[in-house]
Amino acid sequence: MMLDIVIRIALFCLALAMVALIYRVIKGPSMPDRIIALDAIGINLVAIIALISIELRTNAFLEIILLIGILAFIGTVAFAKYLEKEVLFERERDQ
Amino acid sequence: MRSNNNIILETTIKVVLFIIVLFSVYIFFAGHYYPGGGFIGGLMTSGAIVLLLIAYDIKTVATILPVNYRTMTGIGLLFAIGTSAGSLLFNVPFLTHAFGHIEVPVLGEISLHTATLFDLGVYLVVVGVTMTIIQTIGEDE
Repeated sequence: MMLDIVIRIALFCLALAMVALIYRVIKGPSMPDRIIALDAIGINLVAIIALISIELRTNAFLEIILLIGILAFIGTVAFAKYLEKEVLFERERDQ
Repeated sequence: MRSNNNIILETTIKVVLFIIVLFSVYIFFAGHYYPGGGFIGGLMTSGAIVLLLIAYDIKTVATILPVNYRTMTGIGLLFAIGTSAGSLLFNVPFLTHAFGHIEVPVLGEISLHTATLFDLGVYLVVVGVTMTIIQTIGEDE
């Protein structure tokens, strides 16, 4: 089956990318490096789940894809604001 | 003049917020036969409120959503315990749930469960507890 082989190869490539990203999260010299690596790990997870749900021929994981997308977005936004302002929730912002 | 200019974030969140809340409501009601339920729905709703808190500030969010999260936790626990203990009135074990198929004019036949009420309690507890924890940890002095 052609599609099967393609999915296996793509999963292998994504796993390699995941290892590289985890290296960047642990080693990453600066904080923005780690944050971008975490965001990319979220996107990689979405890709892996999509490929696995093709492989298993099920649509039970489609909600999980949306969920991980939203959670990765919230996490990245929160980290970015923390880097920029040093505080996450302001009591009263200056207008 | 405003010193912080995060208009991109504020405009994005005005759109994304409704998508997240709609998704959390969907995943709450999907929770009986498909993946989902009160816990993950509550987490998504509190994620949406956290996004609001990040983009705006605590005072604005308290004006938009005048909710005391600790009271919300209490109401949720009351719902969960009430639906669980209600089964004792019918002389069946604790936490027994009832369900039935009911004909609704527009939607056709749907199945109604008392487990949904229990899940609503879980939803309220999760939103209340998560928001209390996050607000306590995250706010500046």
